[in-house]
Amino acid sequence: MVFPPHLGIGGKIAHYSFILFCGFVFVFLVAPILVIIPLSFNAEPYFTFTEGMISFEPEAYSIRWYADIAKNPQWAFSAANSIIVATCSTFLATLLGTLAALGLSQSHMPYKSAVMGVLISPMIVPLIISAAGMFFFYSNIGLAQTLPGLILAHAVLGTPFVVITVTATLTGFDHSLTRASQSLGADSRKTFFKIQMPLILPGVISGALFAFITSFDEVVIVFFLAGFEQRTIPRQMWAGIREQISPTILAVATILVVVSILLLTTVELLRRRNERLRGISTS
Amino acid sequence: MTSILTADGTPLKDSLYKAEKGRRVKAFLLVAPLLLFVLVSFVFPIFEMLFRSVDNPVLAKNLPLTIEKLQKWEGTNLPDQETFTLVAKELLIARENSKVGKIAARLNFEAGGMRSMINKTVRKVRKYKGNDYKKALIQFDKRWGKVVTWKVLKRIGQRYTGVQYLAALDLKVNADNTIGFQSEDRRIYVKIFLRTIWVSFLVTIFCLILAYPVSFLLATLPLRISNLLLIMVLLPFWTSLLVRTTSWIVLLQRNGVVNDILVALNIISEDGRIQMIYNQTGTLIAMTQILLPFMILPLYSVMKTISPSYMRAARSLGASPLKAFVRVYMPQTTPGIGAGCLLVFILSIGYYITPALVGGRSGQLISNFIAYHMKSSLNWGLAAALGTILLFAVLILYYLYNKIIGIDKMKLG
Repeated sequence: MVFPPHLGIGGKIAHYSFILFCGFVFVFLVAPILVIIPLSFNAEPYFTFTEGMISFEPEAYSIRWYADIAKNPQWAFSAANSIIVATCSTFLATLLGTLAALGLSQSHMPYKSAVMGVLISPMIVPLIISAAGMFFFYSNIGLAQTLPGLILAHAVLGTPFVVITVTATLTGFDHSLTRASQSLGADSRKTFFKIQMPLILPGVISGALFAFITSFDEVVIVFFLAGFEQRTIPRQMWAGIREQISPTILAVATILVVVSILLLTTVELLRRRNERLRGISTS
Repeated sequence: MTSILTADGTPLKDSLYKAEKGRRVKAFLLVAPLLLFVLVSFVFPIFEMLFRSVDNPVLAKNLPLTIEKLQKWEGTNLPDQETFTLVAKELLIARENSKVGKIAARLNFEAGGMRSMINKTVRKVRKYKGNDYKKALIQFDKRWGKVVTWKVLKRIGQRYTGVQYLAALDLKVNADNTIGFQSEDRRIYVKIFLRTIWVSFLVTIFCLILAYPVSFLLATLPLRISNLLLIMVLLPFWTSLLVRTTSWIVLLQRNGVVNDILVALNIISEDGRIQMIYNQTGTLIAMTQILLPFMILPLYSVMKTISPSYMRAARSLGASPLKAFVRVYMPQTTPGIGAGCLLVFILSIGYYITPALVGGRSGQLISNFIAYHMKSSLNWGLAAALGTILLFAVLILYYLYNKIIGIDKMKLG
């Protein structure tokens, strides 16, 4: 670190303690997530590092908890449910959310802020209240304890993310591009698919990923709306944490961390591509 | 003044208006499907659920004639013979429709012990052959001979009531129709509301303290490095909540990693392992970590736009580094502080999962009690009343957020 010459000893101490503090915060943010990865390979059924693990003895490590997941059909079953529900609700949320964002970003949209307020509300209202409301609603229309009910409920929760990300992409959208396309003879459908769509696609995809992770990670609504047949991974984990916490949970958690790292990387790459396309350079 | 006409002879103003209207309709049609979907499957169900907090149909529907009769009763002496007969007959009808359980449960929320009274009465009335129901009922259970019982019946018989809100605020209607506090051992909700606000406040403050320096660092570092560090902020944001909660249990429990390290470093003894989870401390630590990205991201996006030349100007005009920072830099970050604090506070005030899993007894928040009344005690009216109060608080904060920052400025990732 090169300090300006006028910086006194006090300034240096202040600077180093600042860096130290930031380092601590980063550790606080990431360590809890990373620590479970090695622990999930523990050969013993403990939730802490054994002496063998610390001295890197190969016998102290094993993949028995991963084998456990494979052996237990419950996990495969709930993984299938999770993927079905998340995929379907993401599709629905993305479709409706993108259309709405296209409308909302037009200057002619009436009652814009009121409508936006309603559309964002699923993200703001405490989940327990949403879950309670939906419990009665879907019970009345006979969709409680069914996958379609769960899909619809999760789709509502996912839409605000799509609306926000797509509207954000559209705010930087240069409308002279659509005019140029139309003046060159393209009809409005062609303009949409050839000009608008490719430009807002990164926003749509990252919105969809947000919607996906929202559904994939959601447990409160599942708690109220799903029966045993509709158990998802988070619900299964919840039961695991509450009832018989075993290192199998850590193995599942590790798999989920890997999934989230993949999703995060995708969103980051999309964001950078989007900025590059719109001419806002990151460097 | 003549108006300007377009080529086909209509006034320009009209045809402009027409064109505008067409676009407005088109824009609205794009939004309509989602708006309808959210209104029907989200907004409406929530209002319907909240309506349960004032809706009180159980007695009014199942003992209609008794309740009607009681409305005319002045409440000083026992009701007349006819009312006794009505209640006995209607309880039998209710039994045939298997509604007795509901009636008994509803009354029991109000006054403990009334469940057994109703069940006992129904059992005995079935076998009763006589005509003097007044004498018989009082003989079955002497509470029928007390004016207080009938007053409870009359009060719970009202179709719409604010009594759930009283209960949610630890108040109740006394036998003489005055409003007073619940008995000491039933006074819990005000305490829980205050605890929820206190925990949310602490979490917000902790997040701010941890996030401010980090956001400053991220905003001042070269973009290449800060983008890399930003991934460390975003990773928890994308990781499953249950995963993060699980890892806190693993880290903080008595035989967990943190206690092991503290013992290994001789900071605490083997017997002195600290209980850091399944209590309020656990809730605070886990919630702070989980909500920290929601503070860092808005702060960072504001700080990124602040030009370093202001600080340099202040320094060159003779301010000490600290003074320049406090007087010149910090005021410019207030929008970020406001956005982050409101967001974290809104999210933590309705938090459910983490307190439920790591909160133990002392870390339970209002959401957990709503869930308890929804799922276990089945006192939906009270759950709805507690939920309405919570929702109202959140909506006020949401309104403030929208006024100060604007929801359309909300950024993700």
